Amino acid sequence: MTTEQQTYVAVCRLDDLTRESGVLALVAGEAVAVFRTHDDQVHALSGYDPIGGACVLARGIVGTRGGVPYVASPLHKQGYDLRTGRCLDDPEVSVPTYDATVRDGVVLVTPGARGA
Amino acid sequence: MSPHHRRTLVVVGHGMVGHRFVQAAIERGLTETHDVVVVGEEARPAYDRVALTSFFEVGAEALSLLPEGEYDDPRVRLLLGRAVTGFDPGSRTLLLDDGHVIRYDELVLATGAAPFVPPVPGHDLTGAFVYRTIEDLEAIRDAAAGARVGAVIGGGLLGLEAAKALADLGLETHVVEMAPRLMAVQVDDAGGACLRRHVEGLGLTVHTGAMTTAVLGQERVTGLAMEVDGGLEARSARTSTSVDADLVVFSAGIRPRDALARAAGLDLAERGGVLVDAQCRTSDPHVWAIGECAAPGGRMYGLVAPGYAMAEVAVDALLGGDGAFTGADLSTKLKLMGVDVASFGDAFATTEGALELVYADAVAGVYKKLVVSDDGTRLLGGVLVGDASAYGVLRPMLATPTSAGLPLPANPEELILPVTSGGSGGLVLPDEAQVCSCNDVTKADIVAAAAAGETTRAGSTCGSCKSLTKKLIEDYFESVGKVVDRSLCEHFALTRQELFEVVAIHEHTTYDAVLAAHGTGGRGCDVCKPAVASILASRLGGHHVLDAAHVTIQDTNDAYLANIQRNGTYSVVPRIPGGEVTPEGLIVIGEVARDFGLYTKITGGQRIDLFGARMEELPAIWRRLVDAGFESGHAYGKSLRTVKSCVGSTWCRYGVQDSTQLAIDLELRYRGLRSPHKLKGGVSGCARECAEARGKDFGVIATEKGWNLYVGGNGGATPVHARLLVGDLDTETLVRYLDRFLMYYVRTADRLQRTAPWVDSLDGGLERVRAVVVDDVLGLGSELEAAMERHVGGYFDEWKATLDDPDKLRRFVSFVNAPDVPDPHITFREERGQSVPGEPTGPVSLGASIPVGAP
Repeated sequence: MTTEQQTYVAVCRLDDLTRESGVLALVAGEAVAVFRTHDDQVHALSGYDPIGGACVLARGIVGTRGGVPYVASPLHKQGYDLRTGRCLDDPEVSVPTYDATVRDGVVLVTPGARGA
Repeated sequence: MSPHHRRTLVVVGHGMVGHRFVQAAIERGLTETHDVVVVGEEARPAYDRVALTSFFEVGAEALSLLPEGEYDDPRVRLLLGRAVTGFDPGSRTLLLDDGHVIRYDELVLATGAAPFVPPVPGHDLTGAFVYRTIEDLEAIRDAAAGARVGAVIGGGLLGLEAAKALADLGLETHVVEMAPRLMAVQVDDAGGACLRRHVEGLGLTVHTGAMTTAVLGQERVTGLAMEVDGGLEARSARTSTSVDADLVVFSAGIRPRDALARAAGLDLAERGGVLVDAQCRTSDPHVWAIGECAAPGGRMYGLVAPGYAMAEVAVDALLGGDGAFTGADLSTKLKLMGVDVASFGDAFATTEGALELVYADAVAGVYKKLVVSDDGTRLLGGVLVGDASAYGVLRPMLATPTSAGLPLPANPEELILPVTSGGSGGLVLPDEAQVCSCNDVTKADIVAAAAAGETTRAGSTCGSCKSLTKKLIEDYFESVGKVVDRSLCEHFALTRQELFEVVAIHEHTTYDAVLAAHGTGGRGCDVCKPAVASILASRLGGHHVLDAAHVTIQDTNDAYLANIQRNGTYSVVPRIPGGEVTPEGLIVIGEVARDFGLYTKITGGQRIDLFGARMEELPAIWRRLVDAGFESGHAYGKSLRTVKSCVGSTWCRYGVQDSTQLAIDLELRYRGLRSPHKLKGGVSGCARECAEARGKDFGVIATEKGWNLYVGGNGGATPVHARLLVGDLDTETLVRYLDRFLMYYVRTADRLQRTAPWVDSLDGGLERVRAVVVDDVLGLGSELEAAMERHVGGYFDEWKATLDDPDKLRRFVSFVNAPDVPDPHITFREERGQSVPGEPTGPVSLGASIPVGAP
């Protein structure tokens, strides 16, 4: 399968996703948190906070830590790198990431976590 | 004398110095060989006379140096309320006023000093007082209740203290000073003028160059007559004048109480005081004198620190040591009426060839002068008024007869110029520098104690060195790698307080503007964004936290106007002001909880918490609550939570005021106020305190005369009782002070700092809060009140406004692309008849078969 033929799920319009915030989307049955950073990049992570044990990451504060774009879990404030899903506070923890892009003003997420 | 025979040591006088002597005697083992009898004339044990004025706020108990009433050593006997009428060095006996005779082996006189009352006509009229004991202050307080105008004779250190007290008691106050300036002993003309402006700024009337010629009145005081200097050109032309006054306080200096020694035939100093040698021994080898009644080398010292030093020296001598009192540092640093004043060394530049360096800022009310040697290398003395922060650095540089002092830097003026931004202001204090002169604690002592996790006595007497002590401890921890960085986070090199200031000065209205102007790079984080959100919410009226410009910087709970719970659901708390709710209201809450399957629990703040709401259900739940007349309870905000109340005089047979009404009024006034941390209040209708108001950030307790206002309490991990800020207020004044207190806190506290640690963190602590809130020394009162009025006027219910705005409602969906699908991770189980969170599920997949809506 080439990239051109890859399946995307349209999540929302980019205009409806506020800069430096996230939304939760249902992508092929999975809860995916989709974020827009200040420079209009979009990133997608699993919405499930593995430390807090609840699907809340889409509601976290988005910003940077040492230059790394991240979201802070609303439950206990652990940070997750938006690009890699790596937990910035616990090297043992990471969350799955998804491919996300914007086309014609629409945010698209590829079903299935990267590397899964 | 056989070592098996215990000896008797009698201490005459149980003031601060007598107490210190006994403490040292116990600590150093003198009581192993001596039975100690202490005879105190006052009815209560030693108390902190340096802080005497605070009696009006904290009461007598708080001042006590021996709250238990006795020493923790059975060999010390304390006889209070008894006076010594004489002693006989020949028979070594001493006579008490009740006829008892005590035989002593060693006698220590610590009788202190008495106020000097000039023998002017009328000095003994009813309504004329001195300012020395707690009884004096009680009498002044009683007299002030029926008085309008008070006058203090004497504009020295103690006179200004007394004047402040009269002003605090609500009197129009005059200060009458014979010298041409205030605090003539400590400060020069320019410093005195600066001090005068501060004092007059507090509403007091100052008369300098004014000699009191009579206290006017028949039986009671009605005024003062004085002669006033005509000014420099006409020094001889004095004019007579008078002021009306209902009470007069003499504070024209003190005289050593040396009458006992005089009657016993001991040598006295020429200008009064019991003459003692360097070991504090009088002309009789078994009689010692310490403190203000003593005159080592012929000179008496009217300060506590030399008195403490004498106490230590005398104990040492009695133990056979060779410690000596070789004179005292008469440097003074204090806070008077909220104004820093320091004076040290040759403050008047009397040394041959001395040069003066002066910095003055009349607008800021600051005057600083250094006196340096003719070659500019040594510091001889100085005066600081309005800002004495340089004192700690200057003091060790001071050249005295016994010490050369540290050399001055090349540009000594730098020491008194305002610290410019970027400048360190950080001259390093040498280890041997004395930080606390009251208790002789050096920098090395403080650092060693910090390293060992212990404390010193520094700051425990007059408190003037507290901020320096704190800084030294912070510096120490910083030096060993423990971070004391007070920056908010990596994005702002500012404290919350500084951030509040810059936001106010630049009138920023958005986070992006704040970040662009004051950020250090990066986009912000979960620390600075909510902090700025709180600052903006505190400052901007009519501001909604879910407005597009602010929604992304809100903390977890503010972002959805509800409290997130462990499974990602929320709890909902409608406001129930003062804890008063109608049956109809209760029924609506019950119906909402039932219909949405919510777990219900009564909170500690007298309201009801509804748990287990899915985020997308919040608008529907609030629609019902708002329609029934409820509004947001702000349980989700760092903001006012509740004002708890008892039923007060309406129902309770003990209640003296309507506490429920006041609690409701206060809760409605401050609802929605965003603050550095959550805020709680309480109002009790009588002293039984059923509302537990002293466990709150602000607590109000009814009295027969009005309300007592307590501040700085909390429950939680570090429970603190709120302390009395001011008593017997009418409701209007209470609200005004509360407005000021809360806004002052909102403006100056650190992030997530509750009121109790905030009060402690202020230089001066509760005293500072009182100075700003009650005495309005910063002149900020009306500004703080206006800020609160803006808040009150701009208040609206956040939930109602959200329900009315489709843009704000859009965020309350489970999935942006599948709003009808509930989050499958949320599960419940039942416990005691209610729903509670199920075990975490791990990530759940609903499978690809779920229909997915396109945008």
